Amino acid sequence: MVERTPILDFLTYFFLILGVVIVGFPVLYTIIAATLPLEDVSKVPMPFMFGDQFLVNIKAAWEKGNLGTQILNSFIMATGITIGKITVSLLGAFSIVYFDYKFRVIAFISVFCTLMLPVEVRILPTYEMAAVNFLEPVNYLVNLFSNVELELEWNLLDSYTGLILPLIASATCTFLFRQFFLTVPEELCEAAKMDGASPMTFLRKILIPLSKTNIAALVVIEFVYGYNQYLWPLLITTNPKMITAVIGLQNLIPQADDIPEWNIALAAALLVMLPPILVVLFMQRWFIKGLVDAEK
Amino acid sequence: MKKLLIAVALLAFIVMPAASSAKPVKIYWWHAMRSARGEVANTMIKAFNDSQSEYEVVGAFKGNYDETINAGVAAFRARKQPHILQAFEVGTQTMMLSGAIYPVFKLMKDAKIDVNWDDYLQPVLSYYMNKDGKLLSMPFNSSTPVMYYNKDLFKKAGVKPLSKTKAITWDELGVITGKLVKSGAKGGMVTAWQSWTQVENYSAIHNIPFATKSNGYEGLDCNLTINNKMVVNHISRLMNWSKNKRFVYGGQKYQGPKAEFLAQNVGVYIDSISGIAKLKKAVKDFSWDVAPLPVEASMKVPQNSIIGGASLWVLKGHKKKEYKGVAKFLKFLSNNEMQIYWHKETGYFPITINAYKQLKKDGYYKKNPLQEVGIKQLMRQKPTKISRGLRLGYFIQIRNIINEELELVWNGKKTPQAAMDTAVARSNKELRKFERTYN
Amino acid sequence: MIKRSIFKSRGLPYLLILPQILVTVTFFYWPAIKGLLQSFMVTDPFGNRSKFVWFDNFVELLLDPLYLKSVGITLMFSFGTAFVSISLGLIIAAMANRALKFKWTMRTMLIWPYAVAPAISGVLWLFLLHPSFGIVSIFMKKYFQVDWNPVLDGGDAMTMIIMASAWKEISYNFVFFVAGMQAIPKSLIEAAALDGAGPFTRFFRITLPLLSPTLFFLMVMNIIYAFFETFGIIHVITQGGPGGSTNTLVYKIYQDGFVGLNLGSSAAQSVLLMFLIIGITVIQFKYVEKKVQYTG
Repeated sequence: MVERTPILDFLTYFFLILGVVIVGFPVLYTIIAATLPLEDVSKVPMPFMFGDQFLVNIKAAWEKGNLGTQILNSFIMATGITIGKITVSLLGAFSIVYFDYKFRVIAFISVFCTLMLPVEVRILPTYEMAAVNFLEPVNYLVNLFSNVELELEWNLLDSYTGLILPLIASATCTFLFRQFFLTVPEELCEAAKMDGASPMTFLRKILIPLSKTNIAALVVIEFVYGYNQYLWPLLITTNPKMITAVIGLQNLIPQADDIPEWNIALAAALLVMLPPILVVLFMQRWFIKGLVDAEK
Repeated sequence: MKKLLIAVALLAFIVMPAASSAKPVKIYWWHAMRSARGEVANTMIKAFNDSQSEYEVVGAFKGNYDETINAGVAAFRARKQPHILQAFEVGTQTMMLSGAIYPVFKLMKDAKIDVNWDDYLQPVLSYYMNKDGKLLSMPFNSSTPVMYYNKDLFKKAGVKPLSKTKAITWDELGVITGKLVKSGAKGGMVTAWQSWTQVENYSAIHNIPFATKSNGYEGLDCNLTINNKMVVNHISRLMNWSKNKRFVYGGQKYQGPKAEFLAQNVGVYIDSISGIAKLKKAVKDFSWDVAPLPVEASMKVPQNSIIGGASLWVLKGHKKKEYKGVAKFLKFLSNNEMQIYWHKETGYFPITINAYKQLKKDGYYKKNPLQEVGIKQLMRQKPTKISRGLRLGYFIQIRNIINEELELVWNGKKTPQAAMDTAVARSNKELRKFERTYN
Repeated sequence: MIKRSIFKSRGLPYLLILPQILVTVTFFYWPAIKGLLQSFMVTDPFGNRSKFVWFDNFVELLLDPLYLKSVGITLMFSFGTAFVSISLGLIIAAMANRALKFKWTMRTMLIWPYAVAPAISGVLWLFLLHPSFGIVSIFMKKYFQVDWNPVLDGGDAMTMIIMASAWKEISYNFVFFVAGMQAIPKSLIEAAALDGAGPFTRFFRITLPLLSPTLFFLMVMNIIYAFFETFGIIHVITQGGPGGSTNTLVYKIYQDGFVGLNLGSSAAQSVLLMFLIIGITVIQFKYVEKKVQYTG
């Protein structure tokens, strides 16, 4: 520090701790509620003391909410989106940066424009297409340019494909990789070409290893993004076996009609939010890098 | 000729055993019955499947009512529709005009299954009939609002228990809620589903049109009429009650009026009869009872109340043989055994008079008198053109509009007249949009 | 931009960009075009009838006071959320930046809410602010004589969803502010201190102006977050009520399209929302950026 200011230092720590408490309080309170029996959790106000029903509530939540299946679904969805997004963007950015071809600029601009179309804006037609037949554009194009009567059909309702595929197109990831590739020294490519390496070898042996930290950062960000999706999975799944944990959780929240089992609902909430929190905490370094990089 | 006969006989011989050993024909049913009710529905499905081997009904829970309709719509467009789709009562008009349905009266006729429609509770059937009195969808879970009250709080306030058949007047309820508040209760009454209980049912019971064209049954070019004097006065009354806590607004979803009743914050709670089963489970520390909805003192012979809930729509596009199974299943659902089970477990009406009589004969209502309050209120008069139900397009939005405008009354932003006028104007706009889509 | 040193190949670049283009066309452009078409029509949900009505859907919306109210609500909600989460993030970051010793521990304790799904944040805050048993609402009622009733009072309901939305976003803002503060040269602060500027003066005269690009960036990001990613929070807590007072634009699209089955109007709302985003993006790049001081 520049100067000694004991009072200010004290205030600093005081406010910091206050900040941590404010940020942590909702979850602390949730944890307490999840340890209480029904009688205590329905008391007004609820006692601010840990109970001994934690495992009982967790077990009840796990069974009642069918959380095993749902968390697995969320996990598959998040992983699928993460891998899909990163692969698609990596290849796309490689193509845009390391090749020169006719439609390069058009391809780039068309990807850029998608920034303006978050899924919430085109939700209705996207849902309609995904739920009815997402190969519709293929049929249309084929029928337009040829005499072949094509009637391919594939609907994405209640499938992992449906949960994942519409969410893997992303302009941000492509940008990130493009940005990074542009900073890679030209000499590396020159050297690779001299050695007679093919573009794919260059990608595999040089570019991907160089991008490791970027990839790790994106993994964290995209996993959290995928796991926490709400509107899309709400619409695209109707089969209870296919719903994701964040959606399924809503069924446990006591509504006007139900017995107010908040202890179980909140125990479930804790279980559901744990995986992405763990990912963020354990991959903190990559996470921060990912966040800050996405800015540029 | 002989050869041919032998051939046919042979063929029949070959086909017959094959048919009987073949897998049963699958019939898909998408419903919105959550948790406990879902279990009951599953039990009924199992009973049907066990009763015969030709058909197998497969039930699937598709979320709440909106989600179920949406799933049905999407599936129909993808030509993957189930045979039976459960749709809530406000979706009736949309389903009816969808061009996607196989009307139930026709289904039964085509399948040559005799149904004595006169044996059904008419106020229930009439909600799902077209203007010629033909049944379009099969009633499934039907309920009507009644008034629950806390006997202990009543006693404390010096109020006598209410009659189970004769409705008290709204003025009397005003006195009662006043006494409740005076005796230390935090509030007098709450209501669930305010549009349904305080506007739709209030109108039906007092035989006031909710909309022109016989509440929409006779044309899409109808307009709402809920800004009439009686409804506005009723809303004003509740608003005045809310000033001294005789009426408390309990919100719509998570907050819930039921919570207020359970916490004994209020003594009177208006909600669907299907709440009985849940109250039985949830209430531990006080005694409660059920009474019919209050009426105006001027209404000497109150009309029937109207129903809420959902019905089963049969969707087009399947094979004739499958429809035969659908018809059989729907018929099966309305037999006495199923209806009695359904009524006892969920509180929803038994939909046939026969089942109702059986329940009476078995002495069920002697033991559970409160289960009968709703059905008596529903059956107390023959439905008129006004009290038989509502048939409105975009009814989901209209209910939202009414709820929104009522909320603006409760929080003092609007007068009852202004709110109901706006509700009518806004709803009429929705009705015009709907009309245009279908004309 | 492209590398100077590039590969030459006829088919490969197309092949590489193909997945990206396919996903983009199928799930962005095709639905967007369909949505645009649909916004000019009235359609019944089962798709049996549809009529072309020119701009009727738009005219109706723009003349509808409720739609305009929803625009106002959305703006209020977005700015409210951005203001609360940015200011809290900034204060905590400023404190953490002073507290050199525990900086990283603090960071760990503050970043995890980022990983909580908005819908779950909604559940936690619903439990805290529930009008009849929420601990925070009891506290407010008791000590501040606030008549807290989000069931009836639109302002209270708005406060509730802003709190749930802002809480989750504090950590995001915190991460950026800390990164921004790290980038400010120590010498600058020290020089100011030698000139006799106290910690507060230094913060407002030096740190804050130098942080303005970060601040601006976070403003935009927070508003976009509030626009689109908070659907789950509203769906869980208020469902647009009471009296439509939390019915934001995105929620209204869902309400009208998926619950009310009024497809034409819902599509028109999506199109208008798209224009709004394009507008925000343009303002962001054209107008506001000029006023912001850059560190270089």
